[in-house]
Amino acid sequence: MHGNGHNGNIRIGFYVCHCGHNIASVVDVRQVAEYVKTLPGVVVSRDYKYMCSDPGQELIQKDIKENNLNRIIVASCSPLLHEHTFRRAVEKAGLNPFYFQMVNIRENVSWVHTETEPATEKAKDLARAAVHRVFYHKALETKKVRIHPDVLIVGGGIAGIHAALTIANAGKKVYLVEKEPTIGGHMAKFDKTFPTLDCAACILTPKMSQVKSHPNITLWTYSEVTKVDGFVGNYKVTVRRKPRYVNEELCVGCMACIEKCVYKEGKSLDEFNEGLSKRKPIYIPFPQATPQVVLIDPETCIEFKSGKCKKTCVEACDRKAIDFKQQEEIKEIEVGAVIISTGFKTFDAKRLPYYGYGKYPNVYTSLEVERLVNAAGPTGGEVVLRDGSTPKAIGIIHCVGSRDKKTNRWCSKVCCMYSLKLAHLLMEHTGAEIYNFYIDMRTPGKGYEEFYDKLLEENVHFIRGRVAEVTDCASIPDEQGKLIIRVEDTMIGIVRRIPVDMVVLAVGLEPHEDAQEVRRLFNISCSTEGFFLERHPKLAPVDTFTDGIFIAGACQGPKDIPDSVAQAGAAAAQALALIDKGDVELEPNTAYVVQEECSGCRTCLTICPYNAISRDEEKQKAFINEALCKGCGTCVAACPSGAIKQNLFEDEMIFSEIYGLFEEKKNIEFTNA
Amino acid sequence: MRISMKSIAEPNGHGPKLENVKKVVRRIKFESELDHDFGEYIAGKAHGQKLLTCIQCGTCSATCPLSHYMDFTPRRIIAMTREGFKEEVLNSLTIWLCASCYSCYVECPKEIRITDIMYALKREAIQKGYYPKRLPVPVLARIFHKFVYRYGRNTESWVLIGLYLRTNPFKMLKELILGLKLMLRGRFKLGIEKIRKRNQLRSLLAIEEGRVK
Amino acid sequence: MKKKYIYYPGCSLRSTGIAYDESIRAVFEKLNIALEELEDWNCCGATSYFSVDEGDAFALASRNLALAEQQMGNEDFDIVAPCSACYLVLLKTKKILEENKDLYAQINLKLQKVNLNYEGKVKVRHPIDVLVNDFGLDNLAKQVKFPLKGFKVASYYGCQIVRPYSMFDDMYNPTTLDRIVKALGADPVDWPLKTRCCGGSLTGTIQEAGLRMNRFLLQKAQEEGANVIITCCPLCQHNLECYQERINKQFREEINIPVIYFTQLIGIALGLSSKELGLNRLFKKPSLKRFAVQKGEVANAW
Repeated sequence: MHGNGHNGNIRIGFYVCHCGHNIASVVDVRQVAEYVKTLPGVVVSRDYKYMCSDPGQELIQKDIKENNLNRIIVASCSPLLHEHTFRRAVEKAGLNPFYFQMVNIRENVSWVHTETEPATEKAKDLARAAVHRVFYHKALETKKVRIHPDVLIVGGGIAGIHAALTIANAGKKVYLVEKEPTIGGHMAKFDKTFPTLDCAACILTPKMSQVKSHPNITLWTYSEVTKVDGFVGNYKVTVRRKPRYVNEELCVGCMACIEKCVYKEGKSLDEFNEGLSKRKPIYIPFPQATPQVVLIDPETCIEFKSGKCKKTCVEACDRKAIDFKQQEEIKEIEVGAVIISTGFKTFDAKRLPYYGYGKYPNVYTSLEVERLVNAAGPTGGEVVLRDGSTPKAIGIIHCVGSRDKKTNRWCSKVCCMYSLKLAHLLMEHTGAEIYNFYIDMRTPGKGYEEFYDKLLEENVHFIRGRVAEVTDCASIPDEQGKLIIRVEDTMIGIVRRIPVDMVVLAVGLEPHEDAQEVRRLFNISCSTEGFFLERHPKLAPVDTFTDGIFIAGACQGPKDIPDSVAQAGAAAAQALALIDKGDVELEPNTAYVVQEECSGCRTCLTICPYNAISRDEEKQKAFINEALCKGCGTCVAACPSGAIKQNLFEDEMIFSEIYGLFEEKKNIEFTNA
Repeated sequence: MRISMKSIAEPNGHGPKLENVKKVVRRIKFESELDHDFGEYIAGKAHGQKLLTCIQCGTCSATCPLSHYMDFTPRRIIAMTREGFKEEVLNSLTIWLCASCYSCYVECPKEIRITDIMYALKREAIQKGYYPKRLPVPVLARIFHKFVYRYGRNTESWVLIGLYLRTNPFKMLKELILGLKLMLRGRFKLGIEKIRKRNQLRSLLAIEEGRVK
Repeated sequence: MKKKYIYYPGCSLRSTGIAYDESIRAVFEKLNIALEELEDWNCCGATSYFSVDEGDAFALASRNLALAEQQMGNEDFDIVAPCSACYLVLLKTKKILEENKDLYAQINLKLQKVNLNYEGKVKVRHPIDVLVNDFGLDNLAKQVKFPLKGFKVASYYGCQIVRPYSMFDDMYNPTTLDRIVKALGADPVDWPLKTRCCGGSLTGTIQEAGLRMNRFLLQKAQEEGANVIITCCPLCQHNLECYQERINKQFREEINIPVIYFTQLIGIALGLSSKELGLNRLFKKPSLKRFAVQKGEVANAW
């Protein structure tokens, strides 16, 4: 079972760490060190208090030089934590770092067991297994791959905009791709932002304008990413630019064409105004849209439907920018890193029949109300009901769709704050009685609790109770003609019926409908809620499990503007760090195909979750792209010919490790398989 | 300085009841007075309902059509059950008023089966005797139960008569006219409905005539 | 109809709900839907048994389910329970025994001791479900002899058939009864309290609360212009019909609206006699003379 890896002259250095109290309090590390000394091949066997510290590492380096060691084993914590540290230390001493093996006797032994004797035995078994394994270790080289310096940012909301500006200002080239005809995302729809009541457009539009004019940013709106190939540092992305039927270079956004359109009034529901107004087939989402270019909707434009339009828009345009023949453009770009900042969608309030959205005309969602209070909105900032009258009593219902096992379990984080903001704005605009119905008031940010105080002082009614239903069925004459909110005022302890004229539903935040498609495109994961999954919720909130792809903003989880901007900055920094490094080292635990043994059966091709295996049609053999391979081992196990092997996890290594584990145990027989 | 009595009104008959003022009631709850296992016990009886996840949002009380008449709304009952206020919960009117319409059950954002918890509380109250002799709801349950145990089916007329006799015989007079009207239309049959295999049925049941076998 | 149905009347349909029993038998016979009464059925326990002991309540209900399986042998069949409370008890028992394997084993053990066995095959259905989904409204409309044109009908579903399990209709906005009404040629009234509880047995026990619950329902239905309220549960029918005078006296209302079973309404449209449908058992019969009842015309929008 013991083979020859080095002309039969294996010289192992074994080190067991006390890790302060963490390991030593349960495992008798001295005993382990003494035991391992007796194993064949072991030249040096020591125990030390903190192996990962400088002196600890120096100890290893000294021993390598003085004792001519060619294999190093450290029994301490999880490899995820310090494998890299020790490999570097070994490398510095002149030994190939892949002659190093780590044994986890902390997370696997001292942190999960309580009795010393069995724990020490287990530690010894694991150490012995490693001793057997390292015989078969080979010297490996890490591959370095060049990183392309450009960055792709998908999604042009506030997070995408901020990340784009940060990276562009650092001198790198940025592609900002946005699905909608304009950047700005949800923030462009808001009137004021909490808690400062800053005008959203006033703080957003300068940034949007900077994006447009920045020499390093290529802004592609009305575009979608359709294909992503490649790996970290070397992504090949295909972007489909949808046709606006207006030449972006020529149009200056004067909007004369919209004026002159054969439709005197808007015909289809205006998406930007949340369906509260109508727009013409030729339109611009809002006057400050960036880029300031109109577009034509082929679904409603007469020219597209029948071909028989007067085309007054073309006449009106003195720059000849309208082009009905425009085709979609396919662009292919190469980038080194991608930041996904596609944002969120609001909960569809129609899913809750008991709140009457869609049934009663005066039940609105928060986004609709944002447009109502906005001076640039469909009613010019007048808060009026569908019939044009001003509401005298308004009820704002919190937690719509959120904190509910039947719809979305999570808390959407921003709804309490924006409900307070809307309460303030609605009071300002209408002078009505405002009622907020909440379960908990969540005001965690800077200045947020103070904002709540301010609202309390403004005599807004705060009723703690989740609204059970909104109905128009009056039970006393006072309630006739109103929308009645039935709620238990849990603070006072009584059920109340509150007649209001207008109901505002504070809808929660959800992932976009196409989140699953997007994540498949980029090969990242989603959490159970459907938001994109971060690598670590606390320590790596903007990284994903796919190297080179970062996420920022509300697509990672519900959050407000300050947090979105912060995450965008973080993602930009990560991307820059990657790019500035210039190249990336790939972990050599990749699989490889022994070509002579490959039968060309194609089993491995579809099995690889990272699409790293391709088939050489000429030779009829499989070939693994080392850069894409993540070393998951699936193909190694699946190959019927056993032609695929994996570096660092060769069969001999694994079998000898297993053998070593059970070597001194009685009652276990090994049959030669 | 004279204080003009004109500015202070004459007593108008409202205000706190004098009896309550004379014997001021002190309301405080000490931990030792609570039954800390009550919550878990009731959750167990209602096949493991997760009382603990209740966030006290109040949806159940708001949607309950009978919450207007209850001394403690369903939300408060859940909170009290969880914390161990056993006496208050079992002595409340709420558990008897619940008509099991399941409105709370379907609206609860934590999917707690509140109706089943109300049933569990009803059962606990009936089994431990926490009800006054003449409260119609548990009395009805007992008579119904006895009837079905004995005959396999319940004859509504006799159950109702039994109920009124035990709780409020005078009320029966009031209901007499209604009863006659129903009888004339054949909706108040006095013949006792029985099933054939009464013993078979009885062997399936663990509780006989109000006592556990 | 090729499918067979085991008919579970329940205790109410033998006394206060006798008109429901009569009308459903008459209507199903006319429509050629075979109903076979469950032999030796016992009381389902309704809410009372759950208030005393849960194990017994499930045992009681499962005996019926096991008997039904025994009665039908290998054939495909469903139990039809017209009384909403019986329907819910049987359905709930079936669902909970499906969910909770231990309970299922316990109950079956008890049943096996008396030579019964419950496999969980039988489905529990409500007659509305059978009429709308199995028989079909097209077929129903074809058989209508006297379309009830202009007759305004408020459908009262009550709570037990839509909550907590909404097997054949929407929980918040059910429409099956309204569709039946349309198929009969009448006008369904859209009113907001279709599924609000009537108080159940509270009119007998805590009358103050029970009366108020019913007052709200009756007043709303009348306000919306209904000529009649149709129900599908004997207790709801009893509550809504029998206390109108008392409500009028106590709350100074002027409620005067007939409350009938939906099967009676169907029977009227199909041309069955008063006797067959038990119309004489009502306190107040719906007056149809004012409305255009044309022979031979068939309603075709429902």
